[in-house]
Amino acid sequence: MAVAIYVENLVKQYKGITAVNNISFEVKKGHCFGLLGPNGAGKTTTIEIMEGIISATSGQVRYQGKFVDENISQQIGIQFQNTALQDFLTVKETLNLFASFYQHTLPLDNLVELCDLGAFLKRDNRLLSGGQKQRLLLALALINDPEIIFLDEPTTGLDPHARRNFWQLIKNIKAGNKTIILTTHYMDEAEQLCDDIVIMDQGKVIESGTPQQLLNKHFNEIYIYLPKAQVPEVLIAQYNWQLQEQRVEITSNNVEQTMSLLMSHQVSLEGLQVKSANLDDLFLQLTGHSLRGDK
Amino acid sequence: MNIKRFFAVFKARNLEFFRDKSSLGWNLAFPVLLLLVFSLIFSGDERAVYKVGIVGGVTATEFSKIKFIDYIEYQQLSEAKAKLSRHTLDLVVDRQQQQYWVNEESSKSYLVARIFNQQLSQYSRQQTSGKKIRYIDWVLPGILGMNMMFSCLFGVGYVIVRYRKNSVLKRLKATPLSALEFVSAQLLSRLFIVMFMSIVVYSGCNALFDFYMIGSYLNLIIIGVLGAFCLISLGLLVASRSKSEELIGGLLNLTSWPMMMLSGVWFSLEGAPPALKVFADFLPLTHLVAGARRIITEGATLSDISYHVNILLLMGITFLSLGAYFFSWNTER
Repeated sequence: MAVAIYVENLVKQYKGITAVNNISFEVKKGHCFGLLGPNGAGKTTTIEIMEGIISATSGQVRYQGKFVDENISQQIGIQFQNTALQDFLTVKETLNLFASFYQHTLPLDNLVELCDLGAFLKRDNRLLSGGQKQRLLLALALINDPEIIFLDEPTTGLDPHARRNFWQLIKNIKAGNKTIILTTHYMDEAEQLCDDIVIMDQGKVIESGTPQQLLNKHFNEIYIYLPKAQVPEVLIAQYNWQLQEQRVEITSNNVEQTMSLLMSHQVSLEGLQVKSANLDDLFLQLTGHSLRGDK
Repeated sequence: MNIKRFFAVFKARNLEFFRDKSSLGWNLAFPVLLLLVFSLIFSGDERAVYKVGIVGGVTATEFSKIKFIDYIEYQQLSEAKAKLSRHTLDLVVDRQQQQYWVNEESSKSYLVARIFNQQLSQYSRQQTSGKKIRYIDWVLPGILGMNMMFSCLFGVGYVIVRYRKNSVLKRLKATPLSALEFVSAQLLSRLFIVMFMSIVVYSGCNALFDFYMIGSYLNLIIIGVLGAFCLISLGLLVASRSKSEELIGGLLNLTSWPMMMLSGVWFSLEGAPPALKVFADFLPLTHLVAGARRIITEGATLSDISYHVNILLLMGITFLSLGAYFFSWNTER
């Protein structure tokens, strides 16, 4: 598959602090590419260098062979992590304002429909809810019908319902063969949306690949949980299962065999939970600290 | 009220302020600077209260005995009388003709004439002729100019820093919009607002006060546009790199206070120390107020006030060029 963006040996230093430490990766055309990591990992710095918003200390970013230049803003769409909009403008006025910056724009009606903005076109920006504001910001990122769209933590602060609505919007955009670069610290978001991921920590890339490749590479076990009261202590000790407050964690690489074992010991399966390893677990394994927790 | 939360916020705000070295430095430096400037200008508490124009020699002891009066010598009686009628002087004495002139519209003129009652007993009293210029007519360009100055400086400076701080500028930088386009749009927008507001204020007040005006309204608007252009450009320059609202507040105060005090808004600088006049000449508001005042009270044309016009143009272009050159979207941390 064709490569849309090459990132090569990127370094960014701020007053002695290395925010991005010699990272390289590729973003395939038409893919949703996830840049994952905890706060302070260097995701936003990396994405802003890719957008041409800030300059790299060293290294380079190329779009289909070309270096980032001042024309790049015509070809890409950006949704920043924290952005205010001008006060006292309505949604429609804001869309018109941003549309005026570009040579080529999507028809506003299409954009309004795509981002579900129709109900509040005349509403003051300041009166939008979190989800509505994010949809407006997404519409601004799409207004020039870009081939490449950067979304920096687009669902941070949204309630679960708004997040899921937003995911559907991103899936709709992706269906149009757009290349999406997404940063997030929500692993479920990355698993839902991303074709490829890069995991960053302390300015470095610590792993990259498709989510399934990475999970298969690092985990071949399934976790089974049962209420503590239902599992005889002798079994826990015999098989070295883990006691966790009110439940027992059973690590298994063969679920069928483990279930048979439990049933053979007349262990009730009421309240049983089965969980496979996810990207949170992967991150914990790779770095020794949780993705959203304190270091 | 939750005291714990209150003190946590109180402490955080204090830490923020004291760790912002530029704001802290400014908040300390500004009052000191202001005190220094005022102590230099008004040192020894010998500030003149009244200004008397003398034709035919200042050395006359019968006048110079009285303190706190500025005695300004004029060769031409007509020049001194014109200044009296425009409230630049409070009294004019012609020692050769043994005459003195008062401005009937000025309370200061009345008072200073009473002070010199004894010295002027041998002089014949005269009044300025022609249409009377009240103090309100004299001070009008100053008040309008000062209002324009605050609107231009703070209206542009604060807004840009707020945009920079809450990432509106960063979002705009991600579009093809150039710094020059953004800066120019800000300039023109503010110019339109300021002129619109000034014309509305002038028209409304004129209906109430029937201002003295012997010049051209078109010329008045032109000098107003030039003054606003220059002041907005100055605001853009001051805000071109500032990141903190507290710092920009300080910088704008530093810019506006000298103009408010020394640009002839409230009182004439006639008789002020030459160094102060030179300093005032570097302030855009001085030229806006002086130009507008001459159009209103003397009927001056643009060529008559070409000095002020040229200075405003030169300053405006310089400030705008520097502002656009130094302008930062400030996306780098």
